[in-house]
Amino acid sequence: MHKFKQLVTDFGWPRIIIFFFLLLLFVAAPFVRVRIDASLSDMFNRFGQNAVFVLAMVPMIQSGCGLNFGLSLGIIAGLLGATLSVQFGLVGFLGFFGAIVLAMPFAILLGWLYGKLLNKVKGEEMTIAMYVGFAGVMMMCIMWLILPYTSPNMIWGYAGKGLRTTITVEGYWLKILNDFLTIKIGPFFAFPTGELLFVAVCAFAMWLFMRTKTGTAITAVGSNPDYARASGISSDKMRTISVIISTMLGAIGIIVYEQSFGFIQLYTAPLAMPFAAVAAILIGGASVNKASMVNVVVGAFLFQGLLTMTPSVINSALQTDMSEVVRIVVSQGIIIYALTRKTKVAK
Amino acid sequence: MSGKRSFGRFIQENAVALIFLIITVAAIKPSGLSLEYIGQEMIARLGRDSFLVLALLLPIYAGMGLNFGMTLGAMSGQIGLIFAINYNITGVDGLVFAALAGLPVSILMGYICGIVLNRAKGREMVTGYILAYFIDGIYQFFVLYMMGSVVPIKNPAILLSRGYGIRNTLNLEGVRQSLDDFFLLKVGAFTVPILTFLVIAALCVFIIWFKKTKLGQDMRAVGHDMAVAEAAGIPVDRTRIIAIIISTVLACFGQIMFLQNMGNIATYNAHTQTNFFAVAAILVGGASVKKATIPNVFIGVILLHILFVVSPRAGQNLFGSAMVGEYFRQFIGYGVIALSLVLYAWRTRKANERARESLRGPAAAAAAAGGAK
Repeated sequence: MHKFKQLVTDFGWPRIIIFFFLLLLFVAAPFVRVRIDASLSDMFNRFGQNAVFVLAMVPMIQSGCGLNFGLSLGIIAGLLGATLSVQFGLVGFLGFFGAIVLAMPFAILLGWLYGKLLNKVKGEEMTIAMYVGFAGVMMMCIMWLILPYTSPNMIWGYAGKGLRTTITVEGYWLKILNDFLTIKIGPFFAFPTGELLFVAVCAFAMWLFMRTKTGTAITAVGSNPDYARASGISSDKMRTISVIISTMLGAIGIIVYEQSFGFIQLYTAPLAMPFAAVAAILIGGASVNKASMVNVVVGAFLFQGLLTMTPSVINSALQTDMSEVVRIVVSQGIIIYALTRKTKVAK
Repeated sequence: MSGKRSFGRFIQENAVALIFLIITVAAIKPSGLSLEYIGQEMIARLGRDSFLVLALLLPIYAGMGLNFGMTLGAMSGQIGLIFAINYNITGVDGLVFAALAGLPVSILMGYICGIVLNRAKGREMVTGYILAYFIDGIYQFFVLYMMGSVVPIKNPAILLSRGYGIRNTLNLEGVRQSLDDFFLLKVGAFTVPILTFLVIAALCVFIIWFKKTKLGQDMRAVGHDMAVAEAAGIPVDRTRIIAIIISTVLACFGQIMFLQNMGNIATYNAHTQTNFFAVAAILVGGASVKKATIPNVFIGVILLHILFVVSPRAGQNLFGSAMVGEYFRQFIGYGVIALSLVLYAWRTRKANERARESLRGPAAAAAAAGGAK
């Protein structure tokens, strides 16, 4: 009994509740005529779409910068890369990886500046990150209007300038990862092998990185800054590196998301994106100062599973669209839970 | 020398307000709007927004930072207004009814918010911000699904056609500007809503009086140093909860005043940006996370709203697109909040470092300043 209790405490009540809720939804699905195979397929796809964002949370949590509410800066870099890739007319894998390569300089620059800023405001990172992210998105709203893009697929037809709110990537790199080595079973189930493979590679690279000398130093700075300083680690430098990596992953994340979603969403679209990633990693069991690859995978899966299943099942069952309410309450509730939890003393 | 230093400090402490003033003044000319028009707009907007911004003061005194959870109060006010429309109570009576109906809701909301924030000491702001989103979900559940199905609504005009849930936009015809129009005074070219300003003045008096009470003094002590206050026998958690409850109740009243001036409610959107505008305003007015005064509120509302009035026109005239101005003003709003939070956090760290250095003695301080980094 004691062991069971320990197990439950380690796994965390919210995760257990959400897990069983999700299970319940799957059990209920056939009764309200929701296809399980289609739902599973949808869930895998959405997991792949969002996992890189969730992964982007890890380095900053580990280095003690807290939850990256300013992920929008990375997303902005990714959007710049994606639009440039379309502007240059890059298609296929060249287009997709081209977008990533084009986004990297912006991500590194923004991440560097953002990291420098966060070093100046230790202890207040999260609120500031949120507003820096918001301000950045609004700044870019102006930029999308006045930057000299010319591709007719991207700009407003009648004005002849200014980017559209949503830009389709069809004909460029739509579903380029999703369709790579897809396993199709029946008309409703498709396993997005390429996308999940890409996520796995990213996660593995991150796992490796956290075990290198730099990665260990980052963790040390986060878990015990004084100890880290005593061992000659520059805490500011490590924090900056973690922020840059987080921003780069944010950029890659949005491009992965777009190839699957089919559209580049500009203007105010990135405002709310960091919150979903934050909620996901917290559902996965990360705390404000500790996160692992398991947290990323479990969290992205549970959160996206919930987002996939609640609309279809609950709407069919109740004949109303409650999904938005469920989404808000679950995702924001979990963030509050994490923020109000007394930091547990390490065992 | 000392004069020069104090000038430098003045610049430093009011950097946000000064930067903002420069941008605003620069934007007035290209907007092509007359000063008279801007003046009348400012009077209207002072009446509309000041109450909401004043609601932020007490939590700042109590050391809880900017109360992003004020949105909870705004939602309570909207629920009160929905009931006022439901029972078709018009005029100032309707507003009073809405305030009385919103009062218990906002007290409950404030209590919840206070408890949550007490569990998140040191990150009140981000927690309050997320809490506002969370309660927004519950609000949507209540207004969109419960009203009309569980909570009886007898006025079919405000229900969605499916029979339950409140419409997206509600017309506040019955109470529209009833407070403002109760007693209008013409001063030169301007029309001044006297009753509105009297209510705001009453709130200012209340805040000044409250600061002098035992509870108000306790609040300042808690805001200064929680550990010391605890040692002095002040119930810290309780005092913080009271500060948030009062703030939430004031936000509830404030939102009712705001909406009666606007004349309609966007049921599911009207509250979403309340905290953003209020926080931006008080920061623009020169307040910081730890320090705010009543003048900060009024200066802030005026400065922020001059920019809000002129920027779409300035954007239109300078860039040929009103959207540029629209985005610009949001950018400025978020940017101002970010900038003042950064400046504050940065200054606090500097002060801490200086305090540490002074403990080490002069020799060590010199060494620290010169060598170690």
